[in-house]
Amino acid sequence: MKAVCWNGKHDVRVENVPDPKILNSRDAIIKITTTAICGSDLHLYNGYIPSMQAGDILGHEFMGEVVETGKDVGNLKKGDRVVVPFTIACGNCFFCQRDFWSLCDNSNPNPEGQETLYGFSGSGLFGYSHMMGGFAGGQAEFVRVPFADVGPLKVPDSLEDEQVLFLSDIFPTGYMAAENCSIQPGDTVAVWGAGPVGQFAIKSAFMLGAETVVVIDHYKDRLALALQENKNLRTINFDDEDVFEQLKDMTGGRGPDSCIDSVGLEAHGTTPDAILDRVKASMMLATDRPHALRQAIHCCRKGGTVSIPGVYGGFLDKLNFGAAFNKGLTLKMGQTNMHKYMPKLLKHIEDGDIDPRFVISHRLQLDEAPNAYKQFNEQKDDWRKIVLKP
Amino acid sequence: MEHINEDKSSMDNLTDTNVNVGNTERVVSAIAGGALVAYGLKRADTTGILLSVLGGGLALRGATGHCQVYDAMDMNTNEEHGFAGEQDSNKKSRGFLSSKIHVKKSVTINKSPAELYQFWRNFENLPKFMSHLESVSNSEGNRSHWVAKAPFGTTVEWDAEITSERENERIGWNSVEGASVPNSGVVEFRPTSTRGTEVRVVLTYEPPAGKLGAMIAKLFGEEPSQQVYGDLCRFKSMFESGEIITTEGQSSARKEDAKAAKA
Repeated sequence: MKAVCWNGKHDVRVENVPDPKILNSRDAIIKITTTAICGSDLHLYNGYIPSMQAGDILGHEFMGEVVETGKDVGNLKKGDRVVVPFTIACGNCFFCQRDFWSLCDNSNPNPEGQETLYGFSGSGLFGYSHMMGGFAGGQAEFVRVPFADVGPLKVPDSLEDEQVLFLSDIFPTGYMAAENCSIQPGDTVAVWGAGPVGQFAIKSAFMLGAETVVVIDHYKDRLALALQENKNLRTINFDDEDVFEQLKDMTGGRGPDSCIDSVGLEAHGTTPDAILDRVKASMMLATDRPHALRQAIHCCRKGGTVSIPGVYGGFLDKLNFGAAFNKGLTLKMGQTNMHKYMPKLLKHIEDGDIDPRFVISHRLQLDEAPNAYKQFNEQKDDWRKIVLKP
Repeated sequence: MEHINEDKSSMDNLTDTNVNVGNTERVVSAIAGGALVAYGLKRADTTGILLSVLGGGLALRGATGHCQVYDAMDMNTNEEHGFAGEQDSNKKSRGFLSSKIHVKKSVTINKSPAELYQFWRNFENLPKFMSHLESVSNSEGNRSHWVAKAPFGTTVEWDAEITSERENERIGWNSVEGASVPNSGVVEFRPTSTRGTEVRVVLTYEPPAGKLGAMIAKLFGEEPSQQVYGDLCRFKSMFESGEIITTEGQSSARKEDAKAAKA
């Protein structure tokens, strides 16, 4: 089959690889009908995530049709149309049973890497390095899905692929980010990053009762899209405006009740700390560039919540923990507990509360993936969300 | 099946915990210490006094088997101490002269102690999650025959017997005399109020010196505690998720994976 393979920093190729096989009794094989490139795939593309190996198949946002099931997958049959969560979870361990699906104890066959770096290992992820399990991803014609009896969500024929595809990651991720803010009546939520996760976080914050949402970015088209999609939304372009002063101005001097960092470890920025981060990261002196997170902690009102759906990998430099402590902030973060949100959010799509297609900017063939990665990485304003057809 | 017989090296029954210097080292300490005292006194200068004090310390260490420096450094070279014991196996440093490998690892499994105990008690099940074992077969009485994988397709075999047992709580075993790799182990199954069962394994291997020893070391991996931990994770996964998840045999653009897929 054809698959999008990582071969090193800035080196992604479409290659012919063996078709996947059932390896465990709870596996299923899915024929991919639609897949997508995620902003977090760019962290791999730019070499920020350790433990990738040349030849790894990329992709963790995908959906398709069941073509084969292992003997212990009773709930799926050949021909079922499913969307697959990017986190792999057993459904039976302490964490799965308490809805912490992304912290599953039994889905990472290589936990040693994370145990060394983080103390304990989270769940396995598709196409996201060997430290995260080393599972082949779904930017391919077929994919093997472990624990297929608890992961894949069947979708109705009345909905098109593109309407449900983002249930695989970015819609639940934006939604969990907003839910983590415990939004109260009258709340203002500030969202760093108007990329696809930020766009879903904005919509979710409104769905969960936020009075005002402010989005911060410097890509004009992304800000414009957010404005077009949401009433009561305000925007800050950090190239032109002082983010903290603007946020205080918009909230009567209080600061936002909650701040969502949907940027993660490769933040851009023009302040001295952001420039220093880039220099340090390029010299391998720091693993992450947490400029957006620093600003979110600084801007958040006293007693507020900083919610972090953006991905971080390792050690953060010059993070003002004193600000978080002295303002009594709540920090909430983590890979998305996908299985908890997917059925509920599918219902929202079916009910017409949201049409996730609005984030898509490009529709391409799988063969065009190498150029898509390059363009997406270099021109984030135009290339917002790329959907691939095998 | 209460108390078949009590494990000599029981976790709860440690030898004198004050002794932290091994026997050979104690003799060496005593002789060297005595010699230093004699030499120091003969010199009768400042250096001589310091050497006598040092020698006295060494001699005392040899006589009592207790070393203040080892205490401060969290070290212990006494082999008997901590044999399948609780006190030393998580410490960072080991004695220079100890040849035994002690491993202690725990994992919590979302199942009852009885289910886990019963599976483990049938030693023939162990190779299902202990990756270095090829087979274990139950023999007469409390005896079993163990076959472990060794490099170059060879195997190492030994007989073991159960030395202590409490139903649904713990199993202790020892290799019987004549084993090329004397080893012993204890597994405990402790219920918790809401978190399932804490499974704790304490293993001790005594690899022989020389070429065979090196092979044995390789057999049990560079890091024996990692090996045991991996085994426990697989045990947990089998019970919680019904399978041991793997990525072996999956697709990639690597040549070796393409070959494996064709085979």
